[in-house]
Amino acid sequence: MRAGQRLPTALTGPGQHSGEDQLEVPLDKNMKILIVDDFSTMRRIIKNLLRDLGFTNTDEADDGNTALPMLKTGKYDFLVTDWNMPGMSGFDLLKAVRADENLKDLPILMVTAEAKRDQIVAAAQAGVNGYVVKPFTAAVLKEKIEKIFERIQ
Amino acid sequence: MSEDKQNSPGLDPEITSKLKEQAQALVEQVNAGDYARAMTLINDLSEVRDQSLYQEVGRLTRSLHEAIRNFQIQPQNPEQQEALSKMSDASDRLQYVVEMTGKAANRTMDLVEDAMPRANAMCEQARSLRDDWQRLRRREMAPSEFRELYGRIDRFFESLADDAEKMYTDLSEILLAQDFQDLTGQVIQKVTALVKEVEENLLSLVVMASHVDQLTGTVHELKEKESSIKGEGPQMRAAERSDVVSGQDDVDDLLSSLGF
Repeated sequence: MRAGQRLPTALTGPGQHSGEDQLEVPLDKNMKILIVDDFSTMRRIIKNLLRDLGFTNTDEADDGNTALPMLKTGKYDFLVTDWNMPGMSGFDLLKAVRADENLKDLPILMVTAEAKRDQIVAAAQAGVNGYVVKPFTAAVLKEKIEKIFERIQ
Repeated sequence: MSEDKQNSPGLDPEITSKLKEQAQALVEQVNAGDYARAMTLINDLSEVRDQSLYQEVGRLTRSLHEAIRNFQIQPQNPEQQEALSKMSDASDRLQYVVEMTGKAANRTMDLVEDAMPRANAMCEQARSLRDDWQRLRRREMAPSEFRELYGRIDRFFESLADDAEKMYTDLSEILLAQDFQDLTGQVIQKVTALVKEVEENLLSLVVMASHVDQLTGTVHELKEKESSIKGEGPQMRAAERSDVVSGQDDVDDLLSSLGF
């Protein structure tokens, strides 16, 4: 993918330049996002979906353990993470981020296959800003991201 | 006949009827005050227990031995031997599935990322040409512009044919990339069969072990209940469980009902 090349979105089809494929909430398209998942195929899918929404400034990590130091030094504006990961789980990562003085207000979206009610409630109580269950659609991802930043602004 | 007894939940009927007999006799002797006879009976009861204990442990050991032997899959011919030696372990097989599905997903995404910009470009060109064509039809176009349009349309048809062909190739390759499903399906079925076999063997071992427990009067502590927030991975029968949500709508409802 070369920089500046416009890609069609999964939602509206090719070639449309109308406002529909842009987010309703005015967000900084240069927002720095960290994508954390132990499966590289899922990281790639999320990266592509974010790019379709206009976010090209993305980094990846394959575990909570590798993500946490990146978050501490990397000045990220948004974290998208899975739950189940072999080293440090997304849930533990969430708690660690909320416990860090410099990171506690970082917007966090969980994208995960974990669907037990107790888990969803635990994540919400630990301070997650949004929770998306797999399999998900591009529309759901877009909606949840908008909702998170709507609340913040 | 002893095979049937191995799988029943209780002890050998021979043993239980002897136990009943001797227990009754013991009670009679004690009530009659014949303590010497009672003690002898207790010894006899003990012997019955010991004998059955040895029998059950013997069965257990033999079955354990059988089970271990059964886990070795015997290849039928040299080709199978070779195949098995490449992926003989169940976890190797499943790792293979993970790799194959990962490769197929990445290959498909590569092809999609190749095709999408081409589709987009085609669409934009077609729209731009259509807009100019409409102007021409409304006689809003100067002759020099028309000559330019003429050339653009010509070039467009050429590139359209070219691009469409390339896209068709991409789509065919995407179709082929789905071939992993057949191979991974076969491997998974083999692992499922292996797991069933292991499960059956373990089950009969557990039943025998419980016989031994009964004979020695051993009671096991129950394992601590697992944490309710431990991850279980993707849910397959969400509709049948009340502690699991069935989709994004359920998640949203749950969170908003709690004020999140």
